[in-house]
Amino acid sequence: MFKQARWDEPLIFELGGRGRVSFTLPEAIEDIDVQIPEELKRGSLELPELSEPEVVKHYTRLSEMNYGVDSGIYPLGSCTMKYNPKINEELAGHPKVTYVHPYQDERTVQGALQVMWELEQWLKEVTGMDRFTLQPAAGANGEFTGVMIIRAYHLDRGDTKRDEIIVPDSAHGTNPASAAMAGFKVIEIPSNEQGMVDLEALRSAVSERTAGLMLTNPNTLGIFEEDILEIAKIVHDAGGLLYYDGANLNGILGKVRPGDMGFDVVHINLHKTFSTPHGGGGPGAGPVGVKDFLKDYLPVPVVEYDGEKYYLNYDLPKSIGKVKEFYGNFGVLVKALTYLKIMGRQGLKEASEIAVLNANYLGKKLKGTKGYELPHKELRKHEVVFSAEPMKRDTGVKALDVAKRLLDHGLHAPTIYFPLIVHEALMIEPTEGVTKEELDAYVDALKRISEEAYSNPELVKSAPHNTAVRRVDDVLATKRPVITWRMYRKLKEKGDIDI
Amino acid sequence: MTAKLFGDDLKVMPMGKHYMPNSAHKEEMLREIGFESIEDLFSDVPKNVSYEFNLPEGKSEYEVFLEMNEMLGKNKTALEMPSFLGAGTYFHYVPAHVKYLIERSEFLTAYTPYQPEISQGMLQALFEYQSLIAELVGLEIVNASMYDWGTSLGEAARMSARFTRRNKFIVPKNLSPEKIKVLQTYVDGAGIEIEYVKWNEKGQMDLEELKEKVEGAAGVYIEMPNFFGLIEEEIKAVGEIAHDNNALFVVGVDPTSLGVLEAPGNYGADIVIGEAAFFGSPMNFGGPRAGIFAVKNDKKLVRQMPGRIIGMTKDVDGRRAFVMALQTREQHIRRAKATSNICSNEALVAVAAAIHIATLGPKGLAKLGEVILKNTAYFKKRMKEVGELPFEGINFKDVPVKFEVPYDAIHERLLERNIHGGFYLKPHFPELGESALFAVTETTRKEWIDALVDALKEIEGDAYV
Repeated sequence: MFKQARWDEPLIFELGGRGRVSFTLPEAIEDIDVQIPEELKRGSLELPELSEPEVVKHYTRLSEMNYGVDSGIYPLGSCTMKYNPKINEELAGHPKVTYVHPYQDERTVQGALQVMWELEQWLKEVTGMDRFTLQPAAGANGEFTGVMIIRAYHLDRGDTKRDEIIVPDSAHGTNPASAAMAGFKVIEIPSNEQGMVDLEALRSAVSERTAGLMLTNPNTLGIFEEDILEIAKIVHDAGGLLYYDGANLNGILGKVRPGDMGFDVVHINLHKTFSTPHGGGGPGAGPVGVKDFLKDYLPVPVVEYDGEKYYLNYDLPKSIGKVKEFYGNFGVLVKALTYLKIMGRQGLKEASEIAVLNANYLGKKLKGTKGYELPHKELRKHEVVFSAEPMKRDTGVKALDVAKRLLDHGLHAPTIYFPLIVHEALMIEPTEGVTKEELDAYVDALKRISEEAYSNPELVKSAPHNTAVRRVDDVLATKRPVITWRMYRKLKEKGDIDI
Repeated sequence: MTAKLFGDDLKVMPMGKHYMPNSAHKEEMLREIGFESIEDLFSDVPKNVSYEFNLPEGKSEYEVFLEMNEMLGKNKTALEMPSFLGAGTYFHYVPAHVKYLIERSEFLTAYTPYQPEISQGMLQALFEYQSLIAELVGLEIVNASMYDWGTSLGEAARMSARFTRRNKFIVPKNLSPEKIKVLQTYVDGAGIEIEYVKWNEKGQMDLEELKEKVEGAAGVYIEMPNFFGLIEEEIKAVGEIAHDNNALFVVGVDPTSLGVLEAPGNYGADIVIGEAAFFGSPMNFGGPRAGIFAVKNDKKLVRQMPGRIIGMTKDVDGRRAFVMALQTREQHIRRAKATSNICSNEALVAVAAAIHIATLGPKGLAKLGEVILKNTAYFKKRMKEVGELPFEGINFKDVPVKFEVPYDAIHERLLERNIHGGFYLKPHFPELGESALFAVTETTRKEWIDALVDALKEIEGDAYV
């Protein structure tokens, strides 16, 4: 049975002792007296004093109370938690990567620029787009870049009325948030009963105010938008542009490309589709690709190759500017290029095929289990979204409880309560990195949880039992925020906190 | 059965199968779920747009390792040539254990801690990051990171505008070109105008011009040390001017200076931003990095804050636990009305920073700051022999140096001698003439500075031809 480490590890501030040190530093070149004005001099600094072994033990223990792709199945829907090959880390940790300054003379960074240029060529072919920026640090940063490009394009044509971006109600929350950040009004349209874009709703939503439509395909239900060509036509006929949220690209690699489906702007999550690790929430990378007519609006610089050397091109007068300092999360770009080169043409296609096979396999195996239902059409791409609505109705056990009970089996939960259009959603994306046995075990666990829900619902509602801590009170965390040791210490001194 | 050692049995193409176990069970799995072929799984994809990649075939790990090594080998690193580049990215030494710890699989391959019970390690590490930064900057509320300092600045401008319902944001004219460009893009859609305040003869913010421009400002931003590496001696007055005009006082800090320089929270900062990756991360050709974002403990301010925040709470048994808090500000709940669109952040970079800060402790931080101050002072002393220092004052890391002849020619000559000079300032600040921004840190060796000065003397002897 799974049992996560439970170390009761103190906060780092509660460790150590006066006088212990874990640093070594070179002495100053010359002992020159530098006088800082008194009022700008550092006063006290309340930091822990630890030796190196204590630091190492503390973080090792913390890591043992965490769960990653390398621990087991991690089927968070829309997150593509695929295996992260170790060769990626090896190369990204190369001194030729880590000790390079972004402002170095181009002649001394030809290797770095070549990595970026080559990666762009791969991404162009994979997506069917004409040019890429590798600057965005994450998917949402890429979305912001993309909608700013759409905005710049319309304004540049003197078309100043286009202040609306359309998003389906099944979209990731970042889509409307990114559009709003770029100054757009967000128009949300409902999905049809198939879980796809409702063409009639789209037709009535588009107008001379439409700047664009943001769409994920396969969508967040894992369903391929079969009417994609018609969708593109409706948006384009209205003068709008089509934005592709690449979060779900893993479902169609080597089958169909966003560029060929009519998308004008695309962002890719290298930390999803191209195997770079998520790092507990980042760093990721969200390159943005555009069709030829939009390339002048890309962030600066872009990487060029003149047949002999690679160089950074800042000469894009219509550029939207920059969305991040320097050239993006370069270390992540190295990892993605390594993956692409190993996979190659057939490997990428195979990845998509196996990811889709795994999702459909899991869907089929679980379907019909009491308490879960599979709304919308059956054929899925990379992920499958079940609803625990019947279970909740019958037993009071919610999707949240199912998720927590899965943790007791040493299995990570799926994404829950998303997409919003499915009640009690369990959004499962196994990826191509898991075995058949893991899929079977996941289905078995979900079936067992169903049995428990109908026979002993309290067991599920009180889960998890085997993790480092049990059900966490997130309401308290928001009602009485304790964000830092400083806040905690003050509350503790006043006797206002009992943790 | 005798194993066949040669022939088709050993063909495992295509590449990538080693990452996907079920590649070996396709037929069986398809059959089990009632499909005939893989193609059937893609029957919903319109045939007229289906596509076959025109890409190279995959290669073995070894071949790609060789290829990437060769490609990366074309880079020249700060270990192979003394480099005096700074201007927002610095060569610091990161203790080896930092890398080993953040590369532990359970951290490295985890996602955002949506299931707190099984993700306490990352959550506690991020809470500790927030706590360590809070101590450094002197504020109580810190988020779990933005993408970098530049995007933190963009978000700070937007947050100031939301908070004050004003649409003007004031920044110093001597700001890194990276940050200027990021800031402009971030505020563009929000209708916020950026106003620049010039520097005075000391290279510091001109308070007279600030007073003229401050009226109606949502926020006043200043950096400590500033882009020229100078300590802003009147930074407290800048904060007072901002507050007298009901603008937020936003301070950008290099956190490696905070062992010797006062915490901005102690001189009135409402928002503190900066670059966390100066701790714990190598230069990486500019990324990944992690933006610091801290605010005063004021409910109204906190509500306007961007990014993920980790909070301490308890589990059902009353044990201490950590969880993402105050999520109703965020995009997955508030959608178009969220304070920011940020979802993925730079969690692992933040944890690396935390480990490095914890490693330094109070003494290490003070020592680091002191060594940098002294090394910078030594550098200035030596550079006076070969160039002009346009600004007196106290420098931390960065130092502008002005020459009598075009700096790009000097740069060429230095590079020939295997030395990388500073960041050419003229294209961005023409008023500084033939200047370049040089930087030193605790990693800079005396021999490097001496070699630089010798080279510059030699070049001068050549009359800069």
